[in-house]
Amino acid sequence: MMPELGKYAVAVMSAYGASMALLAGLVALTWWRGAIVKRQLAEAEREARNG
Amino acid sequence: MSLWEYANPVRFMGLSARVLPVVSVLAGLFLAVGLVWGFFLTPDDYRQGSTVKIIYLHVPSAMMAINAWAMMLVASLIWLIRRHHVSALAARAAAPVGVVMTLIALATGAIWGQPMWGTWWVWDPRLTSFLILFLFYLGYIALWEAIEDPDTAADLTSVLCLVGSVFAILSRYAVYFWNQGLHQGASLSLDKQENVSDVFWQPLVICIAGFILLFVTLVLVRTRTEIRARRLHALRMRARMG
Repeated sequence: MMPELGKYAVAVMSAYGASMALLAGLVALTWWRGAIVKRQLAEAEREARNG
Repeated sequence: MSLWEYANPVRFMGLSARVLPVVSVLAGLFLAVGLVWGFFLTPDDYRQGSTVKIIYLHVPSAMMAINAWAMMLVASLIWLIRRHHVSALAARAAAPVGVVMTLIALATGAIWGQPMWGTWWVWDPRLTSFLILFLFYLGYIALWEAIEDPDTAADLTSVLCLVGSVFAILSRYAVYFWNQGLHQGASLSLDKQENVSDVFWQPLVICIAGFILLFVTLVLVRTRTEIRARRLHALRMRARMG
């Protein structure tokens, strides 16, 4: 299934590896920060309601 | 209904909550199909060999690096002219996505350039303007973080965005302004002579669509987070004062 990359295998694989790592990191950070802020806001709104 | 009604944070949150599931699934689908097709099912190029497969990452990320800045420019102008907070927060939300796209374009370009040009880097007009665009992204993000008052931060980052737009335009058109660069012209063109071959073009277009959808997904999620963070900040300030 793996295509024959020949003498450029290292270049192609490192381009894909670096890009996937950067995209995965961006997506993970986006969702992680989103979840934290959402939870903190819910707590702050609850506290504001309860005085 | 006017488009400006979505500048209301509540309306924006409602609309984005409905749109996000669809856009995110489409992004994953287009990226998976485009990248699997491009990586596994396309032949080597007669000159570039298997390095042609890097095009499916390099071209879409480079396009999105420039388009993200263009989106930030529009959002910044809306902030400066109409003072809609959602637009300022959307510009802020797009910057980290743009910086990662620029980094991917620079990294994949360097990795491709080493075997094809014999060098990782050259001070070519397009490469140089892209590097400056990357530095503008970092400066833009740093400026947002450095200023405590959100409206002042939005004002100053908007001005920085206007200035940086020169390099966003240059990085797109530098190859036409200066002829001494190594970087080739556009991979996608309406001119059949200039366009990449169909066998590479089809998965490339799907990858570009995937990157656009991924950008929209991430900007929507990040804008929602920025709106919540702003509300959280306001609640905390109110609690501190009360």
